Amino acid sequence: MSDLLKIADKTYHSRLLVGTGKYRDFAETRAAIDASGAEIITVAIRRTNIGQTAGEPSLLDFLPPEEFTYLPNTAGCYSADDAVRTLRLARELLDGHKLVKLEVLGDPNTLYPNMIETIAAAKILVKDGFDVMVYCSDDPIIAKQLEEIGCCAVMPLASLIGSGMGILNPWNLQIIIENAKIPVLVDAGVGTASDAAIAMELGCQGVLMNTAIAAARNPVLMAGAMKKAVEAGREAYLAGRMPKKLYSASPSSPTTGLIS
Amino acid sequence: MQLTINGKARSFEENDFSVARLVQSLELTGKRLAIELNGEIVPRSQFEHTRLANGDKLEIVGAVGGG
Repeated sequence: MSDLLKIADKTYHSRLLVGTGKYRDFAETRAAIDASGAEIITVAIRRTNIGQTAGEPSLLDFLPPEEFTYLPNTAGCYSADDAVRTLRLARELLDGHKLVKLEVLGDPNTLYPNMIETIAAAKILVKDGFDVMVYCSDDPIIAKQLEEIGCCAVMPLASLIGSGMGILNPWNLQIIIENAKIPVLVDAGVGTASDAAIAMELGCQGVLMNTAIAAARNPVLMAGAMKKAVEAGREAYLAGRMPKKLYSASPSSPTTGLIS
Repeated sequence: MQLTINGKARSFEENDFSVARLVQSLELTGKRLAIELNGEIVPRSQFEHTRLANGDKLEIVGAVGGG
């Protein structure tokens, strides 16, 4: 069955997108990403260490940009201006690459997004030719506005970044998914495999996660679990679950032919 | 010449040199990076032709692990 994820006119087999932060070393990063099967990986843009980097390996040596679709992010940005600057630098760094993850944070403790700054940045970036996947609150009106601005995917949080609290408001996600004409991906808050499966069963087009894999006791094993969970959740969504009912007078085994 | 690179002040003996020369002197040649000069991106193709002046502020960035 061909069931591809389509983002900004490009298709992907994997619906699991993963971050590359918080791993012990680059070798573990690579092993976990291989186990996850992810084709899209997020990276952060940061100042280069001057004078102490000669010969030191870089993330790009372990994860060649030819092999993956890089999704540069704006993590750590608290204003639209900083986010736009960061992604323009990313585009230069990655030879004109247009697909980006926009996130503008509002508070250093909760890492909750600032949607006013996010919307301002999204407008500028879309006008500037970027394909913007946007991290957002799970507010259906905001999600719709981001779609109308021209973002190529909306990525509401399941719960706060790095919290591992899972999907706290499936009803809002369901409204966002129902209203959206662009892919909806859950970004942030997934803690374990069942969370990812639930997101996919709700009808999300994909899931983006970092900490749930990197902070597992065995990240590579968890990466494999997440891959299966996303696939299982997607297939369950496509299959269409049986309706829930309080009880059933229809057992699975025949009611006739019983011995007496 | 005084430059501010990634938020730190640095002195250079030469008084007129290019972004390409700066990249070389910082031992960053061949590394994948992007440079902003006084808030404007300098395309890689312009490294040779872009001259630096006293007081210039530069940001030199690369890709690192992140979520």
